[in-house]
Amino acid sequence: MTDINKHSVNPATAEHPAPLSKTQQKVAASLNRRHRQEKLFKGIGLGAVIISLTLVAILFINIFAKGLPAFWQSAITLDIYFDPQIIQISEKPVQQPDETENAFRQRFIEWQSEVGMVNFNRLILDGLVKVIPEASERQYRRDSSRIVTSGERYALRDMVIDNPEIIGQTKTVHLLTDANIDVWLKGNIDRSLPDAQQQLSPKVREWVAELSKQGIIENRFSFALFMNPDSRSSLASAGLAGAFMGSLYMMLVVIFLAVPMGVAAAIYLEEFAPKNKLTDLVEVNINNLAAVPSIVFGLLGAAVFIGWFKLPMSAPIVGGLVLSLMTLPTVIIATRSTLKAIPPSIRQAALGLGASKMQAIFHHVLPLAVPGILTGAILGVAQALGEAAPLLLIGMKSFVAQVPTGPFEQSTALPVQIFLWQGNELRNFFEARTSAAIIVLLALMLSLNALAIWLRKKYEKRW
Amino acid sequence: MSNFSLIVLLLALMAIGYQLGMVRSRKVAAVNLQQKMHSRPHHYGMMVGLWAVIPAFFILILWTLLSPGVINSMVAAQLPPEALAAEGMNADVIMRRIGNLAANFGVVAEAEQWELAAAAYMQQLKSSSALLLTGLMSAIAAAGLFFSFKRIKPQLRARHQIERTVKAVLIICSTVAILTTIGIVMSMVGETIKFFSFIPPADFFFGTTWNPRFSTTGVSEGSLTGSQGSFGLLPLLSGTMLVAVIALLVAIPLGLMVAIYLAEYAPAKFRATAKPIIEVLAGIPTIVYGFFALVTVGPFLADFGASIGLTIRATSALTAGVVMGIMIIPFISSLSDDIITQVPKALRDASLGLGATKSETVRKVVLPAALPGIVGAVLLAASRAIGETMIVVLAAGNSPTLTANPFEAVSTVTVTIVNQLTGDNDFASPQSLVAFALGLTLFVITLLLNVVALVIVRKYREQYE
Repeated sequence: MTDINKHSVNPATAEHPAPLSKTQQKVAASLNRRHRQEKLFKGIGLGAVIISLTLVAILFINIFAKGLPAFWQSAITLDIYFDPQIIQISEKPVQQPDETENAFRQRFIEWQSEVGMVNFNRLILDGLVKVIPEASERQYRRDSSRIVTSGERYALRDMVIDNPEIIGQTKTVHLLTDANIDVWLKGNIDRSLPDAQQQLSPKVREWVAELSKQGIIENRFSFALFMNPDSRSSLASAGLAGAFMGSLYMMLVVIFLAVPMGVAAAIYLEEFAPKNKLTDLVEVNINNLAAVPSIVFGLLGAAVFIGWFKLPMSAPIVGGLVLSLMTLPTVIIATRSTLKAIPPSIRQAALGLGASKMQAIFHHVLPLAVPGILTGAILGVAQALGEAAPLLLIGMKSFVAQVPTGPFEQSTALPVQIFLWQGNELRNFFEARTSAAIIVLLALMLSLNALAIWLRKKYEKRW
Repeated sequence: MSNFSLIVLLLALMAIGYQLGMVRSRKVAAVNLQQKMHSRPHHYGMMVGLWAVIPAFFILILWTLLSPGVINSMVAAQLPPEALAAEGMNADVIMRRIGNLAANFGVVAEAEQWELAAAAYMQQLKSSSALLLTGLMSAIAAAGLFFSFKRIKPQLRARHQIERTVKAVLIICSTVAILTTIGIVMSMVGETIKFFSFIPPADFFFGTTWNPRFSTTGVSEGSLTGSQGSFGLLPLLSGTMLVAVIALLVAIPLGLMVAIYLAEYAPAKFRATAKPIIEVLAGIPTIVYGFFALVTVGPFLADFGASIGLTIRATSALTAGVVMGIMIIPFISSLSDDIITQVPKALRDASLGLGATKSETVRKVVLPAALPGIVGAVLLAASRAIGETMIVVLAAGNSPTLTANPFEAVSTVTVTIVNQLTGDNDFASPQSLVAFALGLTLFVITLLLNVVALVIVRKYREQYE
């Protein structure tokens, strides 16, 4: 090729300018075009890679730009006087020596509901009047009740329940403001819109502007996002705690069900199963199951676990079972490829020294396969954590206002919570909140993936 | 006693059996000095533990499965026949009421005298059943323990027994995957047959309008069949195909070029960084893509369309398709990458040696050789696109119309399954049963694609191995 090049580029300086054959001429003439094509093709390839990387970047930048501000939420700092005039409750019950556990609990619940009857909104209003004197005026009743989000009265109630001695004292507390105030202060709504289209009344806007100038309303890290369950009445205090616990229970079911079963199945298929039509069928079946759309597993869950076995709707146990069946093929395939990679010499050495087949596998092959199996298991769990579609079919998209305390209680899951929040009417507030929830989910998944990669890097052996 | 405490008890028994067996085997070994024990002491211990627990555990499972039915029928036999006739209620409802009474859940409306009596009887049966179960399990566990304990002798092959048990557990675990498939097929076929008793299959498969109306309770009454709505599959199928085709049009060129560049041109370092980053796209939950499509891509496409004089809806087949295309880029690129690197080096060397440029080698030698594998990868990606749910739920617009215009809102099979099967339904109306018919259709389509893809990929592998 270099020879042809020399001739075509500079034939005059060549020592023996041999006449070019027809084919050589043809090739020489087309070389420039072909080299251009080569460059173009390479450029397109590089372009495709760059476009793909850019898409990853856009996706992440977009979600983070929207979601990060939602980790901080506007809160108002008030001095709340726990007025004994307003909080008129009996003494906090103490368990008597001759009282049974149940009777005491009964009495305690009665006392709790008594505390719940207290008008905590009044305390908040009194605190508010200290910073906005005109808030107590009758004509601004509506406005003054819309500064602090309605769920915060339960925070005060819990303070009293925890420590009734607080009554009669003044405490400085940070209370979340209404979701609309958060939207307004973050500039997520067009401030030039006419009053009729604004969610906040002119008076509230005036107060909020003044309070945020004084630093009484400011952005604080939103613990509510992590500590609270979902809420519909008090949007600003809607949090992920319920969904997180639901997802946690489901992942526990997956870890204790799909992982051991998958590993056991893989060991049998890889090490023991005779090569025959039946094991061939199992093999094809597992490969296909891995590619079945996730929503089909949801249908299976709805028909079998809820329809036949009468397990409760919306319960993490059902979700966990469905996700376990879904991740089973992933775990099996990963474990099998790990077992395949372990050289037969290990097995032969063990067998040669008199170990039984079972001993050779459980004492020698399996320990070497642990890192690979763990990697596969973690990737399977990560896949299950992000899955939403099958959960929608087993009732996990219903609104749940409590943090579930067990796998049989109603609950939702992180990806489903994202689905629910993106559909909320208060778009301006929930777009950021949803993105924040996505960041939490992605952080969990990426750390699981990072853990898997780290495990593989650290323990991977090349035979 | 609850099942949970019974299981805890069994585990404790297993530990005791283990210790007993171990001690016993040592004693036996000390007596029979002339004969070596077949297995190690812990094998004997484990054997005794297993014998104590496994038979009792099977009893527990059988009892839990069968006893509710037996108790129910015993209670039902005791019910006064005249009360049944007077109520005119169906037996299921009565039994549910009595069950609730027995569990102290309370029921709607005042409980009748005979209902209370039946509930008390049921409670009594339940407690005696629990007592009986505990007794039976203890007896069987003790018998198993004693029997195996007595059998410990030098000739007894305890290790073989344990290994057989472990193998049986392994086999049971590997049948779960098959059972899942059978479960999927059985449940969906069953519900689909029920659905076809309302709607003739021809109306479902060839109907061109999708308008299921609302689910009304008691649709099974003949009088209401007129308001059942129409369940035509074609609009949903066309929507699904439209979105999938758009996704593939985005993903195939990008994914294939990425694979070619990374496999043939990229320096090793660049490849090592870029490949995992692109594969991150495959690990992102689909709900995140859906949200991205809804709040970012959709409005962007709508604005872009407006600026060149096209009306593109923010939620449309195009939006969903483009975002789904992004999602499946790594499927196509990773699989194609594997396949391209599998093409033997000799083919490349021959082509380069004849004077072809690198791109000519890729286009005229490597790609044709890798084509079957790439087709397999594309088919797998297509089955992924057809079964994808969350992106289309959020971004396709949910409008079941028969259209080929990508700028319009469409609906897909998966979206409709989600729409039809939420809230608590008793799977009695065609409105919720249709979800299973749709699911079965989806299952069959993706299964066909997967089988064809797997066969092609496997053939291809054999070709160069």
